Amino acid sequence: MSTNPTNEQKMQEEIFTAELFVSRVLRIGVLCSGFVILVGILWFLISGDSGYPGDVYPTTLMEMFEGAVQGKPFAVMLIGLFLLILTPILRVGITVLVFVKAKDSLYIGITSLVFVILIISLLLGKVG
Amino acid sequence: MTSMMIEIFGIAILAGIVGAVLGLGGGIVVTPALTLLFGVDIKTAIGASIISVIATSSGSAIAYIRDRITNLRVGMFLEVATTVGAITGAFIGGLVAPNVLYMIFGLLLLYSAYAMVKKTKDELPQEVKLDPLAEKLNLQGEYYDKALQKTVKYNVDRVYGGFGVMYGAGVISGLLGIGSGSFKVMAMDVFMKLPLKVSSATSNFMMGVTGAASAGVYLFRGDINPFYAAPVAIGVLVGATIGARIMQRLKSKTIRKIFIPVMAYVAIQMILQGVGIKI
Repeated sequence: MSTNPTNEQKMQEEIFTAELFVSRVLRIGVLCSGFVILVGILWFLISGDSGYPGDVYPTTLMEMFEGAVQGKPFAVMLIGLFLLILTPILRVGITVLVFVKAKDSLYIGITSLVFVILIISLLLGKVG
Repeated sequence: MTSMMIEIFGIAILAGIVGAVLGLGGGIVVTPALTLLFGVDIKTAIGASIISVIATSSGSAIAYIRDRITNLRVGMFLEVATTVGAITGAFIGGLVAPNVLYMIFGLLLLYSAYAMVKKTKDELPQEVKLDPLAEKLNLQGEYYDKALQKTVKYNVDRVYGGFGVMYGAGVISGLLGIGSGSFKVMAMDVFMKLPLKVSSATSNFMMGVTGAASAGVYLFRGDINPFYAAPVAIGVLVGATIGARIMQRLKSKTIRKIFIPVMAYVAIQMILQGVGIKI
């Protein structure tokens, strides 16, 4: 690629725009999850009720959604936390797009590989 | 109840700042704070700390990626090693004595702390060769250093060494379920000779990615208690946003001076655990 500097420069430009895009999407994701968690916390503190007896809180996605719809603060907080957990995965997904835009096939491969390994490890239920 | 949540929130802000500056994810502050100060059981504390890792990662990544400090290529390339390592670790669980691994990695970390001490005089890595493999993988890069007020171009050395350490760190985290932030910074700083700020930002980026997979498991296993994890998440997000600003204005020399004792502490803790003393 060093034989064609203008082409490389153009590619760098494209990557920069794409990285800005990653940063922006990430900010939206973080603000959304943070907002939902905060609503849950304030609701919980104002009402003094978690929506569940004692130390109980929902542990399946179904229960979390149902609880959140019924306005149970702990469920709202957990939905927010779930959204937060999704942000890095979203980031890997968009990073693939960044490399697609830069036509960098090596890194489209590497990033997709990471994505697949992540899914596998999530299914195996064990990863550091 | 309100005052306890506010206290947790305050500690989480501190954890976010420390985690974002050092590239360690914040678990290093959250876990001991929750268990020692609030008497929270270790499972719940680890659940909250994995949330803090993700919050640090995503909170700081907004600034680090926008300002191009994170090296996405290095991060993704090394992420292959960590994730494959983590799966290996999960499979060989019964085959290897964790004590031996604790010892090996504790000593490796101690050596790295020593190697870092020797680098305290240099603001940036000096005369780094570009590893042919790094050139092939296009790993070299540049970023604008706000403390030095100039653009820093950098090369990447010893790709195999860095990849190997990351694989080992992945195995250990898959096997023992411990965070590996210090190993990530070690692989990039000591082995691949990246500028410290790039190592820290890229480590944070990577930790969120691996952390997300395990956090999902923790969440559905019921180990993430919203009472602790929610204020931790908000506090760490605030802290990491502040930390990402502070880090860019700090000199690498200063960051290194904070990093070395933290690394030595983690190393000694691991070695002690290797010989059977639990702290």
